[in-house]
Amino acid sequence: MAVMNIREAINHTLHAEMERDPSIIVLGEDVVGGAGTAGGQEAIGGIWGTTGGLYAKFGAERVIDTPISESAIVGAAAGAALAGKRPVAELMFADFIGVSLDQLWNQMGKFRYMFGGKTKCPAVVRMIYGAGMNAAAQHSQSVYALLTSMPGLKVVMPATPADAKGLLTEALRGDDPVMFMEHKTLYGVKGEVPDGEHRQRFGEARMVREGGDVTIVACGRMVGFSEKVSDKLAGEGIGVDLLDLRTTSPLDEEAILDSVEATGRLVIVDESPPRCSLASDIASIVAARAFTSLKAPPAMVTGPHSPIPFARELERAWVPSPPKIEDAVRQVLAFR
Amino acid sequence: MQLSRDDLLGAYRRMATIRQFEERLHEEIKTGEIAGFTHLYCGQEAAAVGVCDHLTDDDYIVSTHRGHGHCIAKGCDVKGMMKEIYGRRDGLCKGRGGSMHIADLSVGMLGANGIVGAGAPQAVGAAIAAKLDGNGRVAIAFSGDGACNQGTTFEAMNLAVVVKAPAIFVFENNHYSEHTGVDYAVGTNKDIASRAEAFGMKAWRANGCDYFDTYDAMRELLDHVRAGNGPAAIELDTERFYGHFEGDPQRYRGPGELDRLREDRDCLKAFRARVGEAKLLDIAELDAIDAEVAQLIDESVTEARAAPAPDPASVAEDVYVDY
Ligand SMILES: Cc1ncc(C[n+]2csc(CCOP(=O)(O)OP(=O)(O)O)c2C)c(N)n1
Repeated sequence: MAVMNIREAINHTLHAEMERDPSIIVLGEDVVGGAGTAGGQEAIGGIWGTTGGLYAKFGAERVIDTPISESAIVGAAAGAALAGKRPVAELMFADFIGVSLDQLWNQMGKFRYMFGGKTKCPAVVRMIYGAGMNAAAQHSQSVYALLTSMPGLKVVMPATPADAKGLLTEALRGDDPVMFMEHKTLYGVKGEVPDGEHRQRFGEARMVREGGDVTIVACGRMVGFSEKVSDKLAGEGIGVDLLDLRTTSPLDEEAILDSVEATGRLVIVDESPPRCSLASDIASIVAARAFTSLKAPPAMVTGPHSPIPFARELERAWVPSPPKIEDAVRQVLAFR
Repeated sequence: MQLSRDDLLGAYRRMATIRQFEERLHEEIKTGEIAGFTHLYCGQEAAAVGVCDHLTDDDYIVSTHRGHGHCIAKGCDVKGMMKEIYGRRDGLCKGRGGSMHIADLSVGMLGANGIVGAGAPQAVGAAIAAKLDGNGRVAIAFSGDGACNQGTTFEAMNLAVVVKAPAIFVFENNHYSEHTGVDYAVGTNKDIASRAEAFGMKAWRANGCDYFDTYDAMRELLDHVRAGNGPAAIELDTERFYGHFEGDPQRYRGPGELDRLREDRDCLKAFRARVGEAKLLDIAELDAIDAEVAQLIDESVTEARAAPAPDPASVAEDVYVDY
């Protein structure tokens, strides 16, 4: 197995899948970079470096730099998918879904249902999300709860390089619109990636640690934070079941319920404001379906009900952190 | 040209303040003390100042992600801005907004914006308010050549024409949106002003690297708008000297391109040459302004560094007026 970081795993998968399937096209702002300049194209390969080398191999027909027009980017992906292509649209920051929301929500996500199941819309929208770079309120949000609330869209959040490859491959082979969410602070995370074809089914959470005393459910960047906490607590003899959801739609409810039934204690770590969040969603599922197994009320570790601030001290206070996760675990363990 | 000596000195001071503010940030960012993304305006000073010199604190502007120049030109407190960029408690936005979200309503600066194209409709709204109140104010939407491709900008231009709002679309064409060239990204004839004309408003074109050209065109434009003719637009041909954001290696630039900009397209050099040759001002006066500005920028950095950080407990304050 090769060792790669998440950025490389995504790039590697795009190369491999585009080679395999000529119907895949990539479009977005600066996905090549340098269009219409003296420095020439492929100047950067996307500001996050995830689409590097695609232009050289597949050319301008399949790797398309677009003007700054998110509505057109996502809408064009929707239309191209209806017309038999497999577009991969990139939103440089997930926050920009605001500009393209209608195309995601009323269009791409609803085609199949509205058209009586007679069509499919195999578009992938890659978007870069999350706090941690002091990018402030309009460039830091974790919009997965919003997207998860929209029937018709699948929402995928890799936390490891292997999952980045497995989940992106699955997204590109499947026939539904997939919101493929890349946390901006995780690109450098390294790990082993299976060689050759590697598909990771959606709706299958990963048991990162097995401990039996308390269940932590996390996704994206929160998985690594929770791992740290689990390791620390293991030293004190506290065993954590840590679940990485991998996808929030579909959601692996069974894995969550199985673990909570065994531990009786649940901490959900969600990089969002608390209201109508992934955390509140999971808490409600567990309360409804595993109430009698619970030995303590579920704890939700989220940001406050506020936008994400700029200053380092404030952003740090906003983001769920290992100490806050640890506190929550101790709190549910102490509950009598 | 009816600019008095004081007007000229003031214009130079504002342009020099923007220049030194930006040059200093370019250095300070390397120290790692400034967090987040910073987009420098350096090179475009004549555009912001040539436009804003016609406005009072009662007129409105909405800005872009590259907003420091617009802020300074509109009269925002430079020390408050520096503190904001350093993420300090007594920054203009309490350290919550940072470089990309500076606003100061007291001088009619309705905000920089992290979302490209978001400002233009807001300017139309402010212009509608001014029209309703009959107070003669105008609202300026600064947009880049990249932002002119957003649907929001198109919709804003059309709405402004439909309701005859005193809105002014200022397109600062610095030839790049991030790493993409305007010749690629703007279809039609690569001409942003003609797009505005196609929406039914009068549009001007000016050399945004020349304070006087921008200033003169804006005066005509503002006469037109203040006379009740509805919106208008201006495309300013300008240049940015630094990368899209700090840290951008600018591989999309051609060989020698940046050197030539500093040589031939520097609006401050052009201003000095013009007032010097026409004997409007003494170059020593300009040098004295440079020295005063240098001191102000120095102080603003020193004070920003020493200023207290925001209290983490305040993280969720100011979300609502009351809840
Ligand atoms: C809706 C949205 N899309 C994309 C971006 C990322 N982005 C920030 S600035 C920028 C380029 C803007 O170009 P232009 O309008 O020409 O302004 P300039 O940077 O040249 O000042 C882009 C694509 C953004 N901030 N918001």
